[in-house]
Amino acid sequence: MSRFLRLTTALAFTALTALPAAAVELKIGLQDDADVLDPAQSRTFVGRIVYTAMCDKLVDVSPDLKIVPQLATEWAWSEGGKVLTMKLRDGVKFHDETLMDAAAVVATIERNLTLPESRRKSELSSVEKVEATGPLEVKFTLKKPDVTLLAQLSDRAGMIVSPKAAKELGANFGSKPVCAGPFKFVERVQQDRIVLQKFADYWNKDNVFIDKVTYLPIPDSTVRLANLQSGDLDFIERLAPTDAAAVKSDSKLTYADVVNIGYMALYANIGNGPRADNPFGKDKRLRQAFSLAIDRDALNQIVYEGTAVGGNQPFPPNSPWFNKALPVPARDVDKAKALVKAAGFDRVPVEMQIPNNPVAQQMMQVVQSMVAEAGFDVQLKSTEFATLLDEQTRGNYQLSRSDWSGRVDPDGNIHQFITCKGGINDTKYCNPKVDELLNEARASTDDAVRKEKYDAASVILNDDMPIIYLGHQSWIWAMKKSVTGFTASPDGMIRLVGLKKG
Amino acid sequence: MPVYIGKRLLVAIPTLLIISIFVFSLQKLLPGDPILAMAGEERDPAVLELLREKYRLNDPIPVQYVTWIGGVLTGDLGISLRTNQPVTELIAQKLPVTIQLAIMSMIFAFVIGVPMGILAAVKKNTVLDYVASLVALSGLSVPNFWLGIMLILLVSVNLGWLPASGFESIFVDPVRSLQTMIMPSFVLGTALAATLMRHTRSAMLGVLSADYIRTARAKGLSPRDVILSHSFRNALLPVITLTALLFGELLAGAVLTEQIFTIPGFGKLIVDAVFNRDYAVVQGVVMCTAVGFILMNLIADILYVLLNPRLRASL
Repeated sequence: MSRFLRLTTALAFTALTALPAAAVELKIGLQDDADVLDPAQSRTFVGRIVYTAMCDKLVDVSPDLKIVPQLATEWAWSEGGKVLTMKLRDGVKFHDETLMDAAAVVATIERNLTLPESRRKSELSSVEKVEATGPLEVKFTLKKPDVTLLAQLSDRAGMIVSPKAAKELGANFGSKPVCAGPFKFVERVQQDRIVLQKFADYWNKDNVFIDKVTYLPIPDSTVRLANLQSGDLDFIERLAPTDAAAVKSDSKLTYADVVNIGYMALYANIGNGPRADNPFGKDKRLRQAFSLAIDRDALNQIVYEGTAVGGNQPFPPNSPWFNKALPVPARDVDKAKALVKAAGFDRVPVEMQIPNNPVAQQMMQVVQSMVAEAGFDVQLKSTEFATLLDEQTRGNYQLSRSDWSGRVDPDGNIHQFITCKGGINDTKYCNPKVDELLNEARASTDDAVRKEKYDAASVILNDDMPIIYLGHQSWIWAMKKSVTGFTASPDGMIRLVGLKKG
Repeated sequence: MPVYIGKRLLVAIPTLLIISIFVFSLQKLLPGDPILAMAGEERDPAVLELLREKYRLNDPIPVQYVTWIGGVLTGDLGISLRTNQPVTELIAQKLPVTIQLAIMSMIFAFVIGVPMGILAAVKKNTVLDYVASLVALSGLSVPNFWLGIMLILLVSVNLGWLPASGFESIFVDPVRSLQTMIMPSFVLGTALAATLMRHTRSAMLGVLSADYIRTARAKGLSPRDVILSHSFRNALLPVITLTALLFGELLAGAVLTEQIFTIPGFGKLIVDAVFNRDYAVVQGVVMCTAVGFILMNLIADILYVLLNPRLRASL
């Protein structure tokens, strides 16, 4: 017996010492499946979450939305905001062990600008040329001053990919992406999983404590949470607000949230085709009345369990770009009624197009009953998403619920929606004064000057009200207690550097 | 027999053509622009136009159809607008998953439904019959998504017996593959078991009242032989037709069940494709499902002949 015991102990000891330290694996549940895994072509939000682990960018964004170094260590504007010079980090390697240098940056930016399938062209439209001015120095020359370029370079447009791999794979780069991030691509099964593995030669490898990451798309939020509770997942994104209380009271889980940089809004058809020709599109008093009749705090409590915040501008109230002189209005039915009357109406019929998901429907039903008290007879037209987008672009709507996921630079939340020739100006609102202010804000490298311009524009927009802002949702994450070191960021990304498990 | 099968397969060709034209035109009738839907928030008009050209969406619809059918004849089902993957590759990825789910669900349905149907028929109008009917009705009336979520909460979250969702190929890790498939196929199987049970019961009742059963009983055969060898084999014919139809339906994908258990099969693929107006994928999956359905029917007919010697003469 004692011999048997000794033998098994010895065997167990050998087995234990022979095994390498257990690999730390992190399983993350995403709401959707990512699209093409090529930073030049990709367009989904979850795709960006995966890139955060796989592809480092020239610059990153801090939790307080400041631009911070990543592959570029420092940068400077010159010639009145027309030239951006960046110094690159030394000794950075791509996942194929080739070197990340100025030539690679130039190749990537040029690829983003010229690849026929590239979706980065409009983001980089201000770039006239990019050149290597040293082995580790690049110079962007712009057609006109554009400070928003830095924010673009903090996202997919600034993800530097291996020129060797990009050349070999061309438009098919997404089948085996090669970047310079903390994790390298291992495999992907559509609608099932994306697997990444720690990159041993990452420039900041000492702060990477996870060996393997698996992203699993699980569209149903209840099921996503069940997977976390059962231990099949370590981390989930976009927890439903209705489940927030359950996670907070669960001793095995950690809850995290932060107000996001996007917005929820209603677009009024001001000048997009013949359907703009109605009182609601023509008379701003009616739109002001509509906005005043909405109780934004109640919406937040009823629909979002208190996780969202009310809003009246493209930036949330906690953003440095929010105009504090225009606080989120409290509900004022009397004033709303007076405005409706002044516009010459008793009751105003309005047809509102809404996406057919349960949360949006619930929210707009609440709005419907709120504004009814001020004299609006809202008819809700529930529409499937692809159709809604089509109708909105073509102007076949009166009032349309549309949300924006938000951009780090304030310009991304306002310019393209409001300027006369904005790429996604579906309301076809056009005011030369607003155009001037927003173009000036884009051109200045001084944040104080920019803030002044946005403030001035927000005063005009708050009066004309082509877009009725409703509020800002929160990103909500839940994770196992054993996962530590996560920082909630308003851009909704899951940054894995510094994250620990165990 | 080979002539019969050949004839049946020939008839399938016009059927498939009609289905393809029908689905193609229906899709084009849907409002919404696939390129716009795909672009989501990034709607750069120049890129959108380029993509429309690339995928030939500006061509007249009949031209688009002819281009597509031309591709099909050479084995090319087109490219998914959303993921840039060839449709054949997508189908090759999802089809084994769907087939595995369908087979396992059918096993559950058969193991539960058929014995219950036989029992209910043999013990007609007894407590056992009523209980079986009640169970069957509940199986039909309980919504899949509810049963699925309840099972996940009970079996995975509370008891920790099975993984809550996900999928593993049976060729990579057979144990895990079966583990992940048990709950979804049980959910699908129970609903089908109810239908099977009702049909088995009524078929059995019909046979049990036939003269030759009385003769068999009079001969002194054991009740077991009478039921299994004489009645059930004859009652099996309508059950087989039904099984083939149900199996064909399963091949079309089980949207809700796949969604809840995150199984990457046909159901999820086609729903995503319809919402994104990913025409080539919708078309490819529908054709594949239609072929599956036609094949299942053919197999049912062949089984009929094998089980029923009287039909052989008519071939």
